[in-house]
Amino acid sequence: MEPTSFLEHIWIARWPLASGVGLTLIISFLAIVAGTILGIGVGMSLTYGARPLRWLVRGYTDFIRGTPVLVLVLASYYVLGTIGLQLGPFQAGVLALAVFCSSHVGEIVRGALQAIPRGQTEAAKAIGLTFAGTFIYVLAPQAIRQILPAWVNTAAEMVKASTLLSIIGIGELLLSTQEVIARTFMSLPFYFLAGALYFLINFGIESLGRLVERKMAVQS
Amino acid sequence: MGYTLNFSAVWRNFDHLLEGLGLSLILAVASILIGCLVGLVTAFMLQSRNRAISGVARVYVTAIRNTPILVLILFTYFALPQLGVRLGKIESFVFTLTLYAGAYLAEIFRSGLVSMPRGLREAGLAIGLTEFQTRTSIIIPIMFRNVLPSLGSTLISLFKDTSLAAAIAVPELTFYARKINNETFRVVETWIVASCLYVATCTVLAALLRIVERRLAIVR
Repeated sequence: MEPTSFLEHIWIARWPLASGVGLTLIISFLAIVAGTILGIGVGMSLTYGARPLRWLVRGYTDFIRGTPVLVLVLASYYVLGTIGLQLGPFQAGVLALAVFCSSHVGEIVRGALQAIPRGQTEAAKAIGLTFAGTFIYVLAPQAIRQILPAWVNTAAEMVKASTLLSIIGIGELLLSTQEVIARTFMSLPFYFLAGALYFLINFGIESLGRLVERKMAVQS
Repeated sequence: MGYTLNFSAVWRNFDHLLEGLGLSLILAVASILIGCLVGLVTAFMLQSRNRAISGVARVYVTAIRNTPILVLILFTYFALPQLGVRLGKIESFVFTLTLYAGAYLAEIFRSGLVSMPRGLREAGLAIGLTEFQTRTSIIIPIMFRNVLPSLGSTLISLFKDTSLAAAIAVPELTFYARKINNETFRVVETWIVASCLYVATCTVLAALLRIVERRLAIVR
């Protein structure tokens, strides 16, 4: 029995590849959700925080943004275990991606909030809204429209960054592709397939983003 | 816990880290220089009236931007030899990073070209320059100054992307950091020093770019 054609090889490797795609999606999803929640906190503290908090958070974002994601992933994998925080490679990897995501989302949120004219806040104050009221009814709805396109970009960026977890041994799409290649020696078609699958995932995210953007646009 | 910091093993290997940092910088600068050419050509192709030409450029930009760079790196290094294209580690990496940079720069240049006033081209043609001369001696120099901030941030992110060269054992900074990590087990110290080197280099690069921007700014 000699499986020859590339399609047959794909069929044989369908389960490893499918689980790779699944794991890639799960990792990206977790990293994006955690990173966004953390990032909104970061962006809020950068905009409204008291000065010491602002400096602290600025230091955090600048440091994270100045470090390559691969270094973050490796550092989180090796360092956290050494200083006594026992995380598996999966948790360490997702943590690194979430931290990376949070610094980017933080900058996006800060940019969007600062782009809203001061007059809006003043007007809200003048009609007697509290800070929470101002934020929820006036600032947030405007900021979200600004944030969304950049946020979708970041989400696609996270899917791409999830490939780095293959280096610490997480069996996501890239690593499962490499395993299949190790068995079949068909590096050209299988790397191409992996690239195409990533392209599809990111293309899906972008189309979804465009759809949501259109739905949320202000009718004029 | 019970982990005591001891940086001596890292300092003993510090010259390796600096060597790696140097290579990282060289890789980033080489890629952005060649990438600028690729990006410029692609940007003009994107604007072409000829559907075929602009279509090719559009496919190139979209495909590269939606594929993880690690997949691209592994593809050129491991899969292209099957097509008979055999490149060394460094050449293969620079090739990939150039292609990657080209796709991002193409979008930057395209938006730079779009924002050029029409009058510039008309003025060039009016004083008897050919279409090509108008582009090379009027449009491109002015466009370059306008997109300098985006060009700078691309350089910084390319510099961070050079860390991925460690995946194909190019001896740059992350490669040496992993090596020191594995040889000495000074885990925490190694990654602290490596990320600080990255952050410091990014900060210096950003400062230098700001100076260049101010020097080249168009006085209005």
